[in-house]
This record gives sequence, structure tokens and C-alpha cells, in this order.
Amino acid sequence: MTTTAPPESTVLRRRPGLRPLRLLAQGPLFTASVAVLALLVLIAVLAPVIAPYDPEALDLTASLAGTTGEHLLGTDQSGRDVLSRLMYGARTGLLGPLLVVGVSTLLGTLLGVVAAWRGGWADSVLSRSMDMVFAVPGLLLAILLVSVVGPGMTAPVIAMAVAYTPYVGRLVRGIARQEKARPYIESYRVQGWSGWNVCLRHLLPNIAATVFAQSAMNFGYALMDLAALSYLGFGVQPPTADWGAMINEGQSAVQQGAMLPALAPSACIVLAVVAFGIVGEGLADRIARRKR
Amino acid sequence: MTRYLVGRTLGLLAVLLVTSLVVFGSIHLAPGDPVSFLLHGRPATPEAVAALRSQYHLDDPLPVQYAKWLGAFLQGDFGSSAQFHQDVSTLIGSRLPGTALLVGYAALLVALIGVTAGILAALRPGPLDRAVLLGSGVATATPSFVTAIALVSLFSVRLGWFPGPGGTPVGFSEQLYHLTLPAFALALTFAGLLARVTRSAMLDELGREHVEVARARGVPGRTVVRRHVLRNALGPVVTVGGTMLAGLLISTSIVETAFDVPGLGSLLVQSVTAKDFAVVQAITLLSVGAFVLVNLAVDLLAPLIDPRLSLHGEGPS
Repeated sequence: MTTTAPPESTVLRRRPGLRPLRLLAQGPLFTASVAVLALLVLIAVLAPVIAPYDPEALDLTASLAGTTGEHLLGTDQSGRDVLSRLMYGARTGLLGPLLVVGVSTLLGTLLGVVAAWRGGWADSVLSRSMDMVFAVPGLLLAILLVSVVGPGMTAPVIAMAVAYTPYVGRLVRGIARQEKARPYIESYRVQGWSGWNVCLRHLLPNIAATVFAQSAMNFGYALMDLAALSYLGFGVQPPTADWGAMINEGQSAVQQGAMLPALAPSACIVLAVVAFGIVGEGLADRIARRKR
Repeated sequence: MTRYLVGRTLGLLAVLLVTSLVVFGSIHLAPGDPVSFLLHGRPATPEAVAALRSQYHLDDPLPVQYAKWLGAFLQGDFGSSAQFHQDVSTLIGSRLPGTALLVGYAALLVALIGVTAGILAALRPGPLDRAVLLGSGVATATPSFVTAIALVSLFSVRLGWFPGPGGTPVGFSEQLYHLTLPAFALALTFAGLLARVTRSAMLDELGREHVEVARARGVPGRTVVRRHVLRNALGPVVTVGGTMLAGLLISTSIVETAFDVPGLGSLLVQSVTAKDFAVVQAITLLSVGAFVLVNLAVDLLAPLIDPRLSLHGEGPS
């Protein structure tokens, strides 16, 4: 059982096994990606300490100042320091996907294990429901929810958590069924262990690594989806610093020739998504090799 | 096969039914009274309130409301738009050609770039293969709005080859010219994925026995590739490419917004911002319908394109 990669706007949902970053996930690139992610987390945590400016401080006299000693990456249209906004943007940029991946991993694992363990009608009902959610693009779900509850992080995070649950659920159901068929599970049952106990103490730890690798990949894709929603004006609201929202605010300046306010957050998004993808693929490969 | 067909069609209907329930129910999920939600700060004149009550049949019990709403929807009556003061169906009809042209243009680019890059990578191991792998890897990790910004800053602002966002092109050729950057922005991610699929399908076929036999018999290399490799590799390429069409459709909301293209996607985004709920409902439901239908069509056509799929039992599962 391999992990599945859900790309932006969910095209290849029904084509698991297609893993675009897989062949890059070896050697120095893997190490570099881990380093990039560690750095991102560090920046997000330390943003209030290391950011040179208040990310929301307006300075209209310094509007669209280029790269100077004072502003290493220049300023945006309202004169806010781009570097500081990037650093603070790492916080919202990582927090949203963390919530999405956390909720969808918990929920998907629960549904997948129950479906695999119970089998029969519970399996049919759960699998069919997951297929149904699978068939609806997450981006549309999020847009519909935003139109009902209004813009902000809540609606996109809820919609994406729902949309990502079947990825985890299907994966977990598959590997949990394989695990369940192995003799050690039966021997615990014979010894009088309860189903819950065997699942929690033995089955879950054995599938955890694979689920974790999938979650790392989902993290990158969730980051991409949430950034898209913020870009559309549906997610993180201004003036809060967020990479997607920064691109939205910076795109009019691009036409005036000031590229950095929009291109810098773009680069951050691509870097983060690539790094998460490579780490996820690398982990999945390592697990597969260890099992053999 | 018949069982598979029936099962898939039933599954499709179930998805559409549940989606329509969610889309319909969302006005009742919204906090507060449905009328004030639908008005959203617009003046609550008695006429406006009465019009909304009758449009959504709010005086009927819920199941009747749903049945009437769905019945009207199926007949192409999507209600009227609060921001444009016209029928949603007319509005959608006027925006559809722009989106269709953009999606068609992008699909063509995806097929051209993706398949060419994939074939070249499979046939030329070494630096070219590495370059395609790296390029497609980065392309798949680049969201379309990022590609849009990059394309505008390079080809529109720096080089001035293509127009930037906005503008009202006159005539078909000028419209195509205006849609070139949007189409590339939409296509890039998908082209990257298709290059991967093409490459691995080609490599699978290249390693097969009959290819080696053909080579050993002295069949020229080009003929081997065209007749025995490319032809067999086409199956997965076409099926994945087909599902991409559905994905392109969904991504238009982002690209059309980035380039200010007057299409269905930008209309959806505008309507969410303007709280024009009738339009949001119609476009959401129609998009899910199109998305699900395209995916079903691809699954059903796959065994026809590549008969081996139904022989191996890989298709239906």
C-alpha cells in the first residue's frame, strides 16, 4: 500500500499512486527539505522576536520602497515591511494546515480503522460516505461554506478538514485491513484482548508511520489550498500577515513594476509545499524499504 | 461490466443528491433568519422580502421547499441574481463561453506540454530526464495563482509580450491573445502531472518484451516508439488527462480572479464577496455536477481506449 498524494484542486483524487515528488525524495534533497521545514517552524515560533518591524505597521511614506538596508525585502503598497510580514505569515501559513491535517488525520484514522476492523455493513457505509466526500472538490466546499458563514479562517479550515479526511480514511482502511489479517492480531484476540485494546496498543502503532508520512504530504497540499482561499479573499483577512493574502494585496503593485511584495510570498509557498512533499515522499519510501 | 456501470451511475446520483441537499440546506444553516441571510444588508423592502420568500418557497415546509427548489433547478431556473438584477441562468450563459475557451486552451497546453515533456524524458535518460523531473516536480507544487503572478511579472510587466489582467478584448483572436497567460497559469500544474504520468507509462512500455523483440528484428527506433510504445502508453495518459479536465474547471475560479477574466469562476468568487447567494448555489451545484460527470465519463471510457484495462480487471474496482 502506497501513500496517496492529493494535489491542488483534487484532480488526481481517483489516481492514487501518482506521486510527483517521489523521485526527488532521496539523499541531499530530503535532508535539505527537513532543514527548510525546521527553519520555517523556527521562524514561525520566533517571529515576534526576530521580525525587524511590526508586520501591520503602516508607513505610507515608504510605500513600495525597494530592497534597502532598512527593509531587506522592501515594503508593500502600505509601506509595511515585506520580510516581517513573511515571518509572521509563516504562523498563519503553518497553523491552518496544522489544524486541517490534525483533524483530518484523527478523523480519517478513526473511520478507517473502524471500517477495516468491523468490516461488513459498517465498512460499506463508511467507505461509501468517504467516496462521496472524495467526489466533491474541497475548494468548492470551502467557497460554499465561506458564502454561508463569511470570510475568515474558520470556514476554509473546516471545509478542508472534511475534504482531506477521506484521503487518510482510505489509506488507513487499506493498511489496517492488511494488518488485521496478520497472525499477531489473531493471537492477541485468542489471548482474550478486547478489540479496542488490540487496535489501540498494537494495530495503531504499526500503521502510525505510514499515516504520518501521508500527513506530511497532506500538510503541503492543505497549505496550498488554504493559501489559495486567502488569495481569493476568503481566508485570513487583512491586515493580518498571510502569504496568500500578501499575494492578493501585492498583485496590483506587480503591474507598477514592484515584484517583491507578491513574488516573495509566492516563493515561500512553493518552497514550503515542495519541502513538505519531499519529506512526505522520503518518509514513505523509508517506511516501505524498512518493511521489506 | 453492467453491474459496474449501474453502480457508478448510482454513486454519481447519490453524490449529486447529497450535494444538492447541502447546497439547498446551507441557507438554513446560516445564522439567523434565511430572509435576512439572503438579503445580506440589502434594503428589506416588502417587495424584496416577498420575492425572496417566493423564490425559495420559504412559506412551505422544508421537504416541499427542497423539492420545489430542485425541480426549478433541474428545469434551468436558478433564481435571480441580487447584484446584477437578472436571471442567474442568463448570467451563467453569458459567462460560460469565456470559461469554456479558457479551459479548452489550457487543456490543449496541458496535453502538448505534458505529453511532449513526458515522452522526451522517457526517451532521453540523463540531464534532460532529470530536468523534466525537477521541472514537473516544482510545477506540481506551484499553485496557479503563484504561476499567474510570476507570468504577469515576467511576460506582461518586464517583457510586455502579453497584456496584463483586465481589459476587454474584441474579436476571437484578440481574446485568445488575452487568454494566453491565464491558460498557461491554469495549465502548468496539470502539465507537470501529465508529464510524470506520460514518462512512467512510456518507461513501463519501453521495458516490455515485445518492444525488445521489435528492436531485435531490426524495426527502426522511431517506428518502435510510435507503434509499440506510444500507442500502449496512451491509455493511462488519456485517463489521467481526462480527470484533469475536471480539475481545470475547478481551478478557473482562481485563475480568472487573478487575471480578471469575466468567466464563471470569477463570477463565483465575486458572488461570494457580494453575498449573491443564488449565483453561488447555482455555480457550486453545476460545477460539482460537471466535475463528477467528467470523472465518470473518463472511468467509463478508459476500458474502451485501452481494452487491456477491462481484461486485467484493473478498471472497475
